[in-house]
Amino acid sequence: MGGNGGPGVSAKWICAALAAGLPAPAVAAAVTETRGFLRPLGPIAELQRTELIWATVLILAAILPVLFGVPWILWRYRRANTAAKYRPQWHFNTKLEILMWAGPALIVAALSLWLAQAVFRIDPYRAISPEMAEGMDFAIDGDTVPVDVIGLDWKWVFVYPEHGVASVGEMVVPVGRPVSLRLTTDTVMQSFMAPGLSGQIYAMAGMVTRQNLIATETGSTLGTNTQYNGPGFARQRAPVRAVTPETFEDWIAAARSGGTPLDEGAYARLARSGDLAQARADLDLAGEGPILFTLAAPDLFDRVVARYMSGQEIAREAQPGSPSYRPEALDLPDAPATMMEHAQ
Amino acid sequence: MNGLFGRLAWSDLKLFETFMHGVSIDTLVAAGAAWMVVLGGVALAAWLTWARLWGPLWRDWLTSVDHKKIGIMYIVLGFVMMARGVAEGVVMRTHQATAYQGGVLSEEHWAELFSTHGTIMIFFVAMPFITGFINYLVPLQIGARDMAFPMLNQISLGLTATGAALTMISLVVGIFETGGWTAYPPFTGADFDPGPGPDYWVWAILLSGFGSMFSGINFAVTIYKMRAPGMTYMRMPVFTWTALCTSILLTFALPPLTVACLMQALDRYLGFHFFTNDQGGNMMNYANLFWMFGHPEVYILILPAFGIFSELTSTFAAKRLYGYTSLVLATMAIAVISFCVWLHHFFTMGNSATVNAAFGIATMLIAIPTGVKVYVWMATLWGGRIRFLTPMVYMTGFFIMFVIGGLSGIILANPAINWQVHNTQFIVAHFHNVLLPGTLFGILAGVHIWFPKAFGFRLDERAGRITAYLWIAGFSLTFLPLYIVGLMGYPRRSAAWDDPTFLPYMIVCMIGAILLAAAFTGLFVTLWISVRNRASLAVPMGDPWDGRTLEWATPAPPPHWNFATIPSIAERDAFAREKAEGRPYVIPAQYRDIHLPPDTPAGMIVFLTTTAFGFAATWWIWWLAILAAVVLVGWVVVHSFRNHPEVVIPAVEVKRVNNAWIEAIELAQGGITRDDEDTPRNRGYAATDMMVAS
Repeated sequence: MGGNGGPGVSAKWICAALAAGLPAPAVAAAVTETRGFLRPLGPIAELQRTELIWATVLILAAILPVLFGVPWILWRYRRANTAAKYRPQWHFNTKLEILMWAGPALIVAALSLWLAQAVFRIDPYRAISPEMAEGMDFAIDGDTVPVDVIGLDWKWVFVYPEHGVASVGEMVVPVGRPVSLRLTTDTVMQSFMAPGLSGQIYAMAGMVTRQNLIATETGSTLGTNTQYNGPGFARQRAPVRAVTPETFEDWIAAARSGGTPLDEGAYARLARSGDLAQARADLDLAGEGPILFTLAAPDLFDRVVARYMSGQEIAREAQPGSPSYRPEALDLPDAPATMMEHAQ
Repeated sequence: MNGLFGRLAWSDLKLFETFMHGVSIDTLVAAGAAWMVVLGGVALAAWLTWARLWGPLWRDWLTSVDHKKIGIMYIVLGFVMMARGVAEGVVMRTHQATAYQGGVLSEEHWAELFSTHGTIMIFFVAMPFITGFINYLVPLQIGARDMAFPMLNQISLGLTATGAALTMISLVVGIFETGGWTAYPPFTGADFDPGPGPDYWVWAILLSGFGSMFSGINFAVTIYKMRAPGMTYMRMPVFTWTALCTSILLTFALPPLTVACLMQALDRYLGFHFFTNDQGGNMMNYANLFWMFGHPEVYILILPAFGIFSELTSTFAAKRLYGYTSLVLATMAIAVISFCVWLHHFFTMGNSATVNAAFGIATMLIAIPTGVKVYVWMATLWGGRIRFLTPMVYMTGFFIMFVIGGLSGIILANPAINWQVHNTQFIVAHFHNVLLPGTLFGILAGVHIWFPKAFGFRLDERAGRITAYLWIAGFSLTFLPLYIVGLMGYPRRSAAWDDPTFLPYMIVCMIGAILLAAAFTGLFVTLWISVRNRASLAVPMGDPWDGRTLEWATPAPPPHWNFATIPSIAERDAFAREKAEGRPYVIPAQYRDIHLPPDTPAGMIVFLTTTAFGFAATWWIWWLAILAAVVLVGWVVVHSFRNHPEVVIPAVEVKRVNNAWIEAIELAQGGITRDDEDTPRNRGYAATDMMVAS
């Protein structure tokens, strides 16, 4: 049930067949394999899966007595069964009381220890370090890749400030290298999740949140916004691909050579509410699929954040996501002198 | 924009949606729903006129301060709103089954549906049910004649109805909010949604929130001050205990929500910057305030259902409740801890690991008292003589399903896992898994148990049981598959999905939703059959289930004054003990005049003026808003200068009614055993199993 993929069945076919009242023919469709945290691409999601499994097993110890005990009691003590002893006044038993309170308490104590350990271990703000790699038994091979994620309605802008490129519609990370995300939005609140790699973190205007992650094998997971942000919400999905370092360098090179310049004007048009296809149209780009950009300056993310920190009112015309938004009105201030660093 | 109608335009009327935006499934659903509200209202008004019921409706119900009638009106309001909530659920699941890269509804309509569904089900279905049950039962269980503040009680109902009315009006005029029942800014702020949707939401929640807070105060004072002599705290029925905890939660949890709504209103109407993106606004404060309400709210809804389950197990197992003290402690523990866990609704906001871990552990702590409760009910059934009537069917469904909801709840309490499943269908599965088997099954079981008390006849057992099984099956099919797609990363509130492997799950969900609609219909079929057979189902003597608490020691339905003489309580389960010792139904030595609070139109005046105010404020019709406020304040001033003499029921009248009831019981010459419980021989006079056993 993890991730999905494998031989899929064409849903459209089945919908059409159901509508026509016909039995659905099983049609194998070519589905890009995307992986959820049940089939992880890296150690963080893997730990999350382990937590899920062990929490479930431990809690089952507390609920199995209920699942089996209730039907048995109902049957055994049914009114018609005169063989069962009737104890109308029985209402207290010290040993049973201790068991009732201590059982759940012990399970919760065990789960709590476990929980605290996991929370500190894969805290999204914790940089992927050699100590962490040693503790969680994975290998780091290379420097940290900083990625700035800007949420727009209804797409993510993935900015690679060190590489001078950006992408809308897909995010690419090299296997073995830690990835440090900074996140914000230039509209309403969103929540970014690449489930095969790590959990989600909110992105809010004027604020910076962080997520550290690392892929240990190649594959693809669906980068998703999980916080409702308007009609295009369901289309705010972008594959996050974990690729070999060579493929990553090729991808960066391709973006550098063939990318659309992401200057202030292009950003302002990109910020209009719309999905990926709409963004292509707004930028006068032909074709379909992800858009690659070259950066005019590496501090786009900081300038977007700074917009909301000036204390000045932002007119509705200049607020992406607002129905009154006009790209001409958007004005990005200079980034503050003290830029927030990626490294912790 | 004009002075008379504010920003309201003809195009805001949803009735003609199909003409304005073309015929499609989407516009047909929208226009159909609007017509249903309008025609339903017209049909109701026509029927009331034809049957000449306006007068009785006004005199006997709308102006009554009798806690029993107010309780019944709350529950009726809940069922009316539930009809819409269930219909929306079915439409949404149908959409989702077709939502592979699309779906039959427009994305905007879909958003409106999940927002109204959530808002209605929480605030205008579950809350009225809970408040209605507490209203009906608490004074009867503690041996009181009414609430501490009967008029305030009616005003609470009026304010709750205001919120419900505003959401219903939004179906016909304009649109409702689209950001979910939590209505997180800045999405719901004026910059991103100038209105009227979020304005409807703000006024509906703000005004009904006052009603709920007043209810909480009223219930708590009633329980503190109006218990019958001898009814110490540790002799109170468990339902009353849960009602007390819920009242405390209502009193302290609603104000943060009301404040958040007020701040949102200031942002939207006066250009403040509490939750905006710019000028120092911070939506994280909204999230904190909302969930400071939102988490205790979960326990507001579940605790009284736990109370019903407690009464149910001991009654239908014909046995004393096991572990009363543990149950009371567990209830109080849940109430207290519920205020310390709100942050688990946003582990994903970038809190430090220490904060996340602390709130994760606090959340898990709630599992301890909740687990104890489940075990206590099992121990209560153990060694009993269990009758498997409709309430027990719901109880069984609750046992099996609720522990699965508990399992997913503890999974969610772990931030490390929560980061993955937050905001996905896993959450949707989880809260339906606790609210349906928990709150709803509890309420429906409660309806079966106390309906005979309120109306004098039992509900049809066969129809009731079929309906209960439909609820259990419908719930399981609709919501359990959502756990799986949630783990696969399907976000909640998503109008479409891209992964073809979701399809089988979505189809199962749709079938489940149809079963749930059938189950909801089943409730009315049950009612219809029972009303038709009410003569053979009648239980006028008032104790159809061999009940244990004071409310069963009254006729069915009870007289307006509840008790001819206020009972004296010497132990827990007072009525069960009297029966076991063979001394129930004693004619009192002396009757006294009974003083009751007078009827008042207060609730209706508050309802009409606040509804007008909320509607006017939503549409910027300022003259109407001012007029409504002036009328309300003016009425309060006038009311406070007038005398309101109490209604006096003369002792002879009390004696006549009470003696007639006891004489009928004596004439019956012995009650029926539990073997005849589900037969026409059950007239509400019980030969108790406990006496038979001893």
